[in-house]
Amino acid sequence: MPGEETKKPLTQLKGMGVSEGVALGPIYLLERERVAVPHSRIPPEGAEAELARFKKALAATQRQLELIKKRIQTEESRDLQYIIDAQVLILKDVLLLQGTEDGIRQGLNAEWALELVRDRIKTVFEHLGDEYFRERRSDVDYAVERLLRSLLKRRVESIEDVKGNMIVASRDLSPADTAQMVHSRVIGFITDMGSKSSHTAIMARSLEIPAVVGLKNVSQLVKTGDVVAIDGFTGEVVINPDAATRQRFAELKKSFRSYQTQLPRYRRLPAVTRDGNPIRLVANIELVEEMGAVKRYGAEGVGLYRTEFLFMNRKDLPTEEEHYQNYRKVAEAVFPQPAVIRTLDIGGDKFVSQLELAPELNPAMGLRAIRFCLKEPKIFKSQLKGILRAGELGNLKIMLPMISGVEEVRAAREIIEEAQAELKKDRARFAAGIPIGIMVETPSAVAAADLLAREVDFFSIGTNDLIQYSLAIDRANAAVSYLYEPLHPGVLRMIRSVADAGRAQQIRVAICGEMAGDPFYTAVLLGLGLEELSMSPYSIPRIKRMIRMIDQGEARNLADRLLGVPTGSEIASLLTKKMEEWFPDFRSDQILYKTSLDDDLMKGGKDAEHDTHLGISSRRTSG
Amino acid sequence: MTSQYTIANRLGLHARAAAQMVKAANRFVSEIRVKTGDREVNGKSIMGILTLAAIQGSLIILTVEGPDEKEALTLLGSLIMGKFGEE
Repeated sequence: MPGEETKKPLTQLKGMGVSEGVALGPIYLLERERVAVPHSRIPPEGAEAELARFKKALAATQRQLELIKKRIQTEESRDLQYIIDAQVLILKDVLLLQGTEDGIRQGLNAEWALELVRDRIKTVFEHLGDEYFRERRSDVDYAVERLLRSLLKRRVESIEDVKGNMIVASRDLSPADTAQMVHSRVIGFITDMGSKSSHTAIMARSLEIPAVVGLKNVSQLVKTGDVVAIDGFTGEVVINPDAATRQRFAELKKSFRSYQTQLPRYRRLPAVTRDGNPIRLVANIELVEEMGAVKRYGAEGVGLYRTEFLFMNRKDLPTEEEHYQNYRKVAEAVFPQPAVIRTLDIGGDKFVSQLELAPELNPAMGLRAIRFCLKEPKIFKSQLKGILRAGELGNLKIMLPMISGVEEVRAAREIIEEAQAELKKDRARFAAGIPIGIMVETPSAVAAADLLAREVDFFSIGTNDLIQYSLAIDRANAAVSYLYEPLHPGVLRMIRSVADAGRAQQIRVAICGEMAGDPFYTAVLLGLGLEELSMSPYSIPRIKRMIRMIDQGEARNLADRLLGVPTGSEIASLLTKKMEEWFPDFRSDQILYKTSLDDDLMKGGKDAEHDTHLGISSRRTSG
Repeated sequence: MTSQYTIANRLGLHARAAAQMVKAANRFVSEIRVKTGDREVNGKSIMGILTLAAIQGSLIILTVEGPDEKEALTLLGSLIMGKFGEE
């Protein structure tokens, strides 16, 4: 085996890590290629036999699905059972059965007739305006594909065939596939398609096995038996890893295990630099359901609650009451810690069906976020009222997205005041002095940060958009994506100047883009003067660990030095060198899972006790 | 028999709700039609129901005809009004 592997080329791929963990093992390639559909004519006298063949295949397929359903009958997998139910119902659907039968009677073979019906049904789905319903065409596809395979006597390979600890690779996985993972020994999986919210990703997270999706063509690059290493956090995938890579992943895996077991204790350690400078670590969330993770990973509150989800997949707009109920849950869950609610940030790449925004040529620079809210004050006000009322029950802050200047802040404040006046008139209880802050994500907001700092209570730098707008790159355009450089001198200077402007007016400056959750940038961000980092809750422990190893003075010197370096790539290599010098294990583990937390727990034993004590007392005050 | 309802559950007639509705509908011999806007589909067809793309707040009209129409309408109505057990 080892001799053979050295001949195969090592291939590195980068996808989207959707479920944390590390796996190293052989591939099981689940063929989910479309079967080729044979077309032939059936003479009238053969129609009955063809119909019988169809019904037999149909019954067999339904039995398969029922069997899968039976095997996943646990309380946690109820949602999955419904998904399988829907598949069974599709195969019993009169539209499908009658349509296919008609085709057969008209002289088509069963596969051909079925294909025609499927395509007709899919066309109806494709014309639906709502994304969720439009996507149900893939459910039709999954079900019909299974039936076609049965007709063609092609075995439907299943995850149950996976023997031993293997990593499943596939173009895409159907709900029936993912359902079977509950009882399999699959140790990870990688797919060409998929997103964070696909069935696959959800299932992987609940089973706690690593998964990387959106790899484009991985299913064509591998075959069963190939060895692959996957990192479900970074999205890194290495096919045919060499000895060094295997070693690296084996260590990563070990670290990840110890990291998981030590997480609960680590949660209590404070995020302070070696020289005693406290940094606030808060969470980015978009669903109330994520509050559990916020607590589990030790976030000190919510730094960014994206509210767009409330507006999605519905015909009408959320009512003030719905806003209130959602924000209330967040406020109560984090109390006494604060939660920052970002007001509606639609437009650009986001889509909200009920608002019927006119299509724009350049949506990223179009009528979105605060611009949209100021143009639609009624929609804005009902959200604001919800926040103001929920603020009564906790510690909420309002954050305005995409502010380009002081005028927008003042206009928004006016609407907030109106909202307060209306609430007062209705004798509703609300938080009167709720802090108002802004996202700093446009170049003009950076340039005018000193002016804006006098008008607001806090800043949060949205690095993703700021990089895009300031370097003038369309992130969806692959031809210019190489320009997307978080360490571009222009970007670092902007972050520094915003931090300085905030400090001069004594307002807090946070950062909430992807940079905040990547330990590679932690020292730089601290050195640039940021005191609050907002990120996915899962990233908090490793960023905390990084912070605890950093000396604020040294970080400051490093940032000063980097600001004098002329290009992004030179900055990146200097930073890498410095990190390796400071943290000798930096490259080998990328400081992701490598948490010899034990050492840190020992070393920080005193701090830990101290913090635990504080934690308990503050929790007491919260009741 | 005809009755009118507003879809109140947050997710609308999504796959899970549609599956419940179709399963219930198939327990009856009566013909069941479901209409939203100008689109009408067979209430026993999951793909029909899904293509209604009925999201929260949609108005739907159920028409049931047959020997067990009363029971069918009662059961389907209670499913819709009970938000399909959501929340």
